[in-house]
Amino acid sequence: MSAPIQTISGAAPVFYVVDEHDHPPGGSTMLGFWLYLMSDCLIFAMLFATFGVLGTSYAAGPGPKDLFDLKLVAINTAMLLFSSITYGFAMLEMMKGRVKSTQMWLAITGLFGLAFLCIELYEFHHMIHEGAGPWRSAFLSSFFTLVGTHGLHVTFGIIWLVTLMVQVAKFGLIEANQRRLMCLSMFWHFLDVVWIGVFTFVYLMGVLR
Amino acid sequence: MNGVSGPLDKLSNVALQQMRLTVRENRHYEIGNTLSRLRILLLLPLVALLGGCNFVVMNPAGDIAVQQRDLVVISTVLMLLIIVPVMALIVFFAWKYRQSNTAAKYEPDWDHSTHLELVIWAMPLLIIICLGAVTWSSTHLLDPYRRLDRIAPGNAASLNEPLQVEVVALDWKWLFFYPEYGIATVNELAAPVDRPVRFKITASSVMNSFYIPALAGQIYAMPGMETKLHAVINKAGVYDGFSANYSGAGFSGMRFKFYGVDQAGFDAWIAKAKASRDALSREAYLELEKPSENVPVRLYKEVAPDLYKAILNMCAQPGKMCMSEMMAMDAKGGLGLASARNILPLKYNISMLDGSSSTKNYVASVCTLAEAAREAADHRSTTTPIDPTPVTGAGLTRPGAAPAPFNFTPAPSPAERRASNT
Amino acid sequence: MSDTAALANTGLAKLIFGRLSFESLPFHEPILIATFAGVCLGGLALVAGLTYFRLWGYLWKEWFTSVDHKKIGIMYMVLGLVMFLRGFADALMMRAQQAMAFNGSEGFLPAHHYDQVFTAHGVIMIFFVAMPFVTGLMNYIVPLQIGARDVSFPFLNNFSFWMTTGGAILVMISLFVGEFAKTGWLAYPPLSNLGYSPDVGVDYYIWALQVAGVGTTLSGINLIATIVKMRCPGMTMMKMPVFTWTSLCTNVLIVASFPVLTACLVLLSLDRYVGTNFFTNDLGGNPMMYVNLIWIWGHPEVYILVLPVFGVFSEVTSTFSGKKLFGYTSMVYATIVITILSYLVWLHHFFTMGSGASVNSFFGITTMIISIPTGAKIFNWLFTMYRGRIRFELPMMWTIAFMLTFVIGGMTGVLLAVPPADFVLHNSLFLIAHFHNVIIGGVVFGVFAAINFWFPKAFGFKLNRFWGLVSFWCWVPGFWLAFAPLYVLGLMGVTRRLRVFDDPSLQIWFVLAALGALLIAAGIGALLVQIAYSIWKRNELRDTTGDPWNARTLEWATSSPPPDYNFAFTPVVHDNDAWYDMKSRGYQRPLQGFKPIHMPKNTGAGIILSAFATALGFALIWYMWLFAAVCFTALVAGAIYHTFNYKRDFHIPVDQVINTEAERTKLLSAQVVS
Repeated sequence: MSAPIQTISGAAPVFYVVDEHDHPPGGSTMLGFWLYLMSDCLIFAMLFATFGVLGTSYAAGPGPKDLFDLKLVAINTAMLLFSSITYGFAMLEMMKGRVKSTQMWLAITGLFGLAFLCIELYEFHHMIHEGAGPWRSAFLSSFFTLVGTHGLHVTFGIIWLVTLMVQVAKFGLIEANQRRLMCLSMFWHFLDVVWIGVFTFVYLMGVLR
Repeated sequence: MNGVSGPLDKLSNVALQQMRLTVRENRHYEIGNTLSRLRILLLLPLVALLGGCNFVVMNPAGDIAVQQRDLVVISTVLMLLIIVPVMALIVFFAWKYRQSNTAAKYEPDWDHSTHLELVIWAMPLLIIICLGAVTWSSTHLLDPYRRLDRIAPGNAASLNEPLQVEVVALDWKWLFFYPEYGIATVNELAAPVDRPVRFKITASSVMNSFYIPALAGQIYAMPGMETKLHAVINKAGVYDGFSANYSGAGFSGMRFKFYGVDQAGFDAWIAKAKASRDALSREAYLELEKPSENVPVRLYKEVAPDLYKAILNMCAQPGKMCMSEMMAMDAKGGLGLASARNILPLKYNISMLDGSSSTKNYVASVCTLAEAAREAADHRSTTTPIDPTPVTGAGLTRPGAAPAPFNFTPAPSPAERRASNT
Repeated sequence: MSDTAALANTGLAKLIFGRLSFESLPFHEPILIATFAGVCLGGLALVAGLTYFRLWGYLWKEWFTSVDHKKIGIMYMVLGLVMFLRGFADALMMRAQQAMAFNGSEGFLPAHHYDQVFTAHGVIMIFFVAMPFVTGLMNYIVPLQIGARDVSFPFLNNFSFWMTTGGAILVMISLFVGEFAKTGWLAYPPLSNLGYSPDVGVDYYIWALQVAGVGTTLSGINLIATIVKMRCPGMTMMKMPVFTWTSLCTNVLIVASFPVLTACLVLLSLDRYVGTNFFTNDLGGNPMMYVNLIWIWGHPEVYILVLPVFGVFSEVTSTFSGKKLFGYTSMVYATIVITILSYLVWLHHFFTMGSGASVNSFFGITTMIISIPTGAKIFNWLFTMYRGRIRFELPMMWTIAFMLTFVIGGMTGVLLAVPPADFVLHNSLFLIAHFHNVIIGGVVFGVFAAINFWFPKAFGFKLNRFWGLVSFWCWVPGFWLAFAPLYVLGLMGVTRRLRVFDDPSLQIWFVLAALGALLIAAGIGALLVQIAYSIWKRNELRDTTGDPWNARTLEWATSSPPPDYNFAFTPVVHDNDAWYDMKSRGYQRPLQGFKPIHMPKNTGAGIILSAFATALGFALIWYMWLFAAVCFTALVAGAIYHTFNYKRDFHIPVDQVINTEAERTKLLSAQVVS
């Protein structure tokens, strides 16, 4: 800055924050996590698109009507929807700062999630047992991948849930834990939304087709 | 992989009629000549080097390729209209406003001019509008799926029935069928001058691209799919053809000669093929299909019936279900739960591996019980095909004794089905 | 007895080593053995040197575990540079092979090797050279330009870097253990399916890209959050520097396109590992879907690479012309338009698939439309130069070279967007020349401009001008000598990826191109000399002002190199070109009232977790299922363990801030006196 500095107006404006406070950590977390969810959503979008392209390539094998048990899927859907509601209750309790009831609702959510997973695994096992595994046709490949990816997300959601429950038990509902519960909440509801897509486009429309 | 659909064809016909009449017939030569002169000008500095070089893309011998060449030149000239001034301005501004030139004006805070910005956006826009129009019309006119409507500029009169050629890209050679003559060739192609050629193109295993630069632009050759290419050769000669899409180890040697010959020459060529001792049976094809590199020319006097169709449908292997049959069944909702196990392992004999580890599955063609039993005996180690008799699928008649051809009754609509149930 | 023991042994060995055996090591390839020996010796020397000078602790504490965006940015640049040498070695081998393989000669590379070389060249140059370069630049510059102290998620930033590095390491391992893909850089099926590529090559490809892709996606999320949330007071969106704008758009593109690549490669790996039928010829698979999916990622990727350097050129042009950037607003909108349009053009990479005339012309025309905002950008730089005072420092020279080169590349690109013209030029060397023309002429020149421009900011001394000029004058003519012949060959109907040639008249062009590549090699050599020489002469080249170019944006308001906390006080912005505004309106640097500064703490979690991820990739490549399970468990457990660490920040004590700032005051006053 050896160059002479010109002053345009009389009083120089403020060029820096004089009285600065610490920024609370995690100010960008919600945005960042939402961005992550959107990127994940794109993965699901690709899997849906793949199912859209290959969903009728049965390779002279079984089709949705032969394979899907809508009653089972309906129960499954109910499990996941209930888990979303119970997660909502957990968040309400968290807002009120009640550790115990938060934990209880979280546990119930986890159990619903687990039930969902078990039913899904039973369904997969049954289909594979009948010879309709993911290698049988492109339709089945895309079905197993789409539904399985969702199931994998639920699995990681449950692992995360358990981790958070341990952390809440250990450190209480501190700000960081509240933020984490909030993120998992977004994740969990996101999986719910994806499942509604799966239920509609894969199961219902598959059977109606 | 469909070409222009019917209505669009009509649309392009109507919309582009004017253009065809005016541009093509009256001015084509003129434009072509001017352009070729321009082209020569553009390439002047390189002339010394160009002595022995063959700019086949810029100097092709087929009408389609000539039009594509013209398009390359027209687009380039259109863009040079803006590129050249911009490049000149870059150099000029960089020189004029250099730091040492204190005589030049200096306006450090000048950063906006609405007029200038309008020009900045409008100029590329105008060029792109022109180019877009050219693109839209030329893409439709030069669509490889479109039947030719002329064999040379202004010569629509002597448009003959096109010569049919079926092309198969194999690992790593080209197989050509001439269905009208019942012959087939490997790595050699011939066509009479000024007679349109209609290529149907597929591949046996991996993707290739069928390209004879002198004749016309390329199009992919893909397994289980068929692409089409219409073209005509206008000058007699020997031209290069090759695969323009990398397809594995033997890709570099996947070349063939394309002979543009007069009718007599073509007849002689056909006669030569007919006189060959080889015939392309299914067995011979399966042998030929195995990977091999730098394969010499082969001529076949006759071809097993429907071989091209079988290759296209990925069912040249005996016992394998054809894709057309499979797709017909899929369109009716598949073959039901009982068909889940109706797959057989296939030794992947067309792959590049040693064949030790990888087996692929394929769907067995639905056949009689006796055939299935024989099949099972042949593949003792594999899952026994289930008895196909009870397999009915959605709206499917029971498979008859004959494995082919398939006769499907149309699927009953849900209403019909309901009616038959009650 | 011994038979069963042997069988049990092989079973155990298979469980542990999968398909990895001594035969996987390339003892039969002399070129690779020599390279391997060289790398081993070099590596040993490096390790010995680091040990001798006791640098391991320093590197670990100050660099590897650092969450400082500046250090991570520099590490990205180093990664890019190292991989650039590898990728360029591949390029030289290709040029040599193609120049030799005439008149019946097979050249010196068999197909098995040559096909890996061109695949590795493409993969490395895009994923492990261009991407680290642009990510490194964004990492370094963006927080400084927006007046922030770090990125939004500093730990994630470190993790992203190490994931990218993990991918690069996998590619490098493939050179000596097993082999790389022989499929071309996008690994189109069916060729990349297990049936046609049964070896580990495609698996290396898949897992290298997956591991690196995770890093890239996370880094994209991180930088978007940073730009949206961490701008200093007063910096509205339309007051952000153009480089920050282009970075924002780039990261939006990353977040919106890399998941597509991830999904696409997951499907390919399922085909290869589980036996699904997404891209197979049989059982209803559709290989052409892969081509669509991968280009839905692939085309935005091109803009991911080029948009940040557009930002670089904007900053450089404005700084060295001594003028405000012409048409800031239209520049921003042009960037946004390019961002959106880049998703609507992917099909132009395969017009020849036979999609039909209407589909082809739609995608052709959308492609051409992109050239409108791009053209507007060129004009904006042009009119920034107009009535300026242009200083021909190295960054500006690279910018001019870029403008002159890039317009040609853009022109041939639009030409290729005309479907019937593409039919004759697709997959030809004309295409190769085109995209090298935009990637070298755009991205590489831009990165060199950026390195020369921001080097003094990062290290406190300028780069030597003479060697920079040598590099420049080797690179630019070298580029044209290497690629003009390829344009010519493309017009002669020569296709890409050929290993041997029939027609002897082509040879002269390949020889010319090889000479061009040698000239470029000299340019790269000069670049390395430039860096080494500048480090040697750093005291003569020292920049004590923090603003050696009389530049205009916030990063130049702080010292060179900036302190850990970037700014002792968060700046307040009133105008575009904030630093120029501060300079011209009598900004006085604050000398007192310092406070402790809240900063993120370094952590080793990033490097450890990515080491697990890389090992997991390696295990999956070689079917070492046991090892893979161990790595996966370790990865998940490690991640969970890391979440139990709640204390991730600390305060820089006020004394330290005062000392650092006093040091700078001394330097600045010395500057004024002299």
